[in-house]
Amino acid sequence: MKILVCISNVPDTTTKISFSSDNKELNTAGVQFVINPYDEYALTRAIELKESLGGSVTVLNVGLADTEANIRKALAIGADDAIRVNVKPTDSFLVAQQIAAIAKQEAYDLVLMGKESVDYNGFQVHGMVAELLGWPAIVPAIKLDVAGTTATLEREIEGGKEIVQVALPVVVSCQQPMSEPRIPNMRGIMTARTKPLKVVEPVSSEAKTKTEAYALPEKKSGVKLIDPANAGELISLLRNEAKVI
Amino acid sequence: MSVLVFIECADGKVKKSSLEAAFYGNQVATQLGTSAVGVAIGEVAADELKNLGQYGITKVLHDTEARLKDYVSQAYVKVVAAAAEKESASVIVLSNTNIGTGIGARLAARLQASYATNVVALPEISGETLKVKKTVFSGKAFADEVLTAATKIIALKKNAIEVAPTGSAEAGVEPFTTPLTDADFSGTPQETIRATGDVLLTEADIVVSGGRGLRGPENWHLIEDLAKALGAATACSKPVADVEWRPHHEHVGQTGITISPNLYIAVGISGAIQHLAGVNSSKVIVVINKDPEAPFFKAADYGIVGDVFEVVPKLIEAAKALEK
Repeated sequence: MKILVCISNVPDTTTKISFSSDNKELNTAGVQFVINPYDEYALTRAIELKESLGGSVTVLNVGLADTEANIRKALAIGADDAIRVNVKPTDSFLVAQQIAAIAKQEAYDLVLMGKESVDYNGFQVHGMVAELLGWPAIVPAIKLDVAGTTATLEREIEGGKEIVQVALPVVVSCQQPMSEPRIPNMRGIMTARTKPLKVVEPVSSEAKTKTEAYALPEKKSGVKLIDPANAGELISLLRNEAKVI
Repeated sequence: MSVLVFIECADGKVKKSSLEAAFYGNQVATQLGTSAVGVAIGEVAADELKNLGQYGITKVLHDTEARLKDYVSQAYVKVVAAAAEKESASVIVLSNTNIGTGIGARLAARLQASYATNVVALPEISGETLKVKKTVFSGKAFADEVLTAATKIIALKKNAIEVAPTGSAEAGVEPFTTPLTDADFSGTPQETIRATGDVLLTEADIVVSGGRGLRGPENWHLIEDLAKALGAATACSKPVADVEWRPHHEHVGQTGITISPNLYIAVGISGAIQHLAGVNSSKVIVVINKDPEAPFFKAADYGIVGDVFEVVPKLIEAAKALEK
C-alpha cells in the first residue's frame, strides 16, 4: 500500500486575520503556521492504514522552504518520507498540477488530503487532482477502510452519508471523524530529522485565478441586549425588526 | 455563448440553493447579454424544472439515464461538461454544496477553467475577465478573485444573494443524453443513510446551535424544541461534538461545517474564534449566554445575558405563539 498525503501550510486556527496596508497580502507577522487541520485527518488515517496493512506514507507539500517545519512534523507523526515541490502555491490549479505530476511518477494506491484548507477554503484541489489523473474522487469522506484493491468509504452528503466502494487507486478528501490526529512524540521527532525530504522543482503550469485584494468584514454595529426576564421579546424583534423569522 | 447553471435536485425537487444559483446565473447572463440555461441530472419532477423559468432560466437540459440516479462525480462531470459544450457556456454557476463543489473542481481541471468557490456577490466584468468576491480564512475575510481563463466556474455560497422570482414564464425542458462508460460510475454509492424529519443544516434559513453551556446531551431538547418552533436546523460547537453529545455532522465552525443562514441562534456557546469563523456569514446572530464577557456578544446582533435553562423555555413559548 503506497499512500501519498498532501498537506498544506495554513495559519493556526486561532489567528486573527489582518492584511498588509495595500490589502494584497496576509499579514504574517506573529502568525504561527500549522498543518491544515483537515490534512491531519488524512495523515493520521494514512499512518493507521500503513500500520495495519503495511506499505509507506509519503507526505507532499507544494510550497516554499518555510513549510519544512510542518513537513518535519508530519514525518515525526509517522510518515516515511516527504517531497516538497518548490513553488509558491498561488492557485488551486497550480497546486493540483504539481500533485498530479508527482502522483504519476509512482504507483500510489491512495492520494489523501483534507477536504479544504482553512485559509483559502477552495474545496478544489482533490477534484482537480482526480480529474488530471483520471481517477475517482470521494469527497468529503468521513471513513476509509481498505481491503485488497478495494476501498470502502463513507462520504458525507447534505443531511446524511453514503457508503461507497471503489477500486484503487482513488483520491480521497478527509474530514472528521476520519481519525484522531496524533501529537508527535520525542522518538518521532528524533527520527524525523533523518527521514528523506526531497525538494523538486515544479512542472510548468499556469494559474487560472488571481487574488487581487483582501478585505475584512464590516464590524457589527453592536449587540442589542434583551432583559432575560422578558426573553420572549427577542422573538418579536426577530420577526418585526430583523425580519428573519 | 451562454451561462450554464447546474441544477442540483434531491427527492425529486430542485434544491433551494439551486434556485439561488439559477437566479444568480440569470443576473450574470444579463450582464453578459446572453441567456441562462440549466442542466439537471436524475429524477426530478418536470414541473420543478419548468418552474426555473421564474428564476430566469430559459431552458433546462435534463439527463435522466437510470445510472445517474445517485451522484457519482465522474459521470456527473461528463454530463455538465457536455452541456457546457453544447451551449458554448463561458460561465458555469453551481451551488457551494458538497456535490456542487465536487463537480466544479473536476470540471475546472477538465475545461482548463478558472474556478472560484464561496462566492458571495455578482461579478464585475471587465473585457474577458470576471472579478468575484468570495469568503476566505473560513469566513474571517473576503477576497476579490480575478478569473482569467476563457471558461469561468462560480460556486455560489448559500444565502449570499437576495432571490426575487419574476414573471411566470416556464423554462423549456429538453431531454439530454451523454455517452457514459462503466468506468464513469466507479464510486456509485452502495447505500445512502439520511437523517429523517430534520431540517437540513446546510440548507436551513434558521439554525439553533448549542454549546457546553447546555451541560449535557440530556438537555438538548431545549435546542430541538426551539428549532422545531422556528422551523430551524440544529447545530453544535466543536467541544460538544468532540465529547459526542451530538454527531460530528452538526459541528459548525472553522474545522466543521461553515454555514450562512439568515438567523443563527447560539445557546451556551462562548464564541471561540474558530466557532465564529464558521458562522459569522450569518445575516443575524443571536447569542444567549450567562457570561456577559463571552466574546460572542461582540459578533452578535441581539443578545441575552442569562441562564439558558430559564431563557430558552421562554423563547420556545414565544416562538410557538407566533402566527406562522
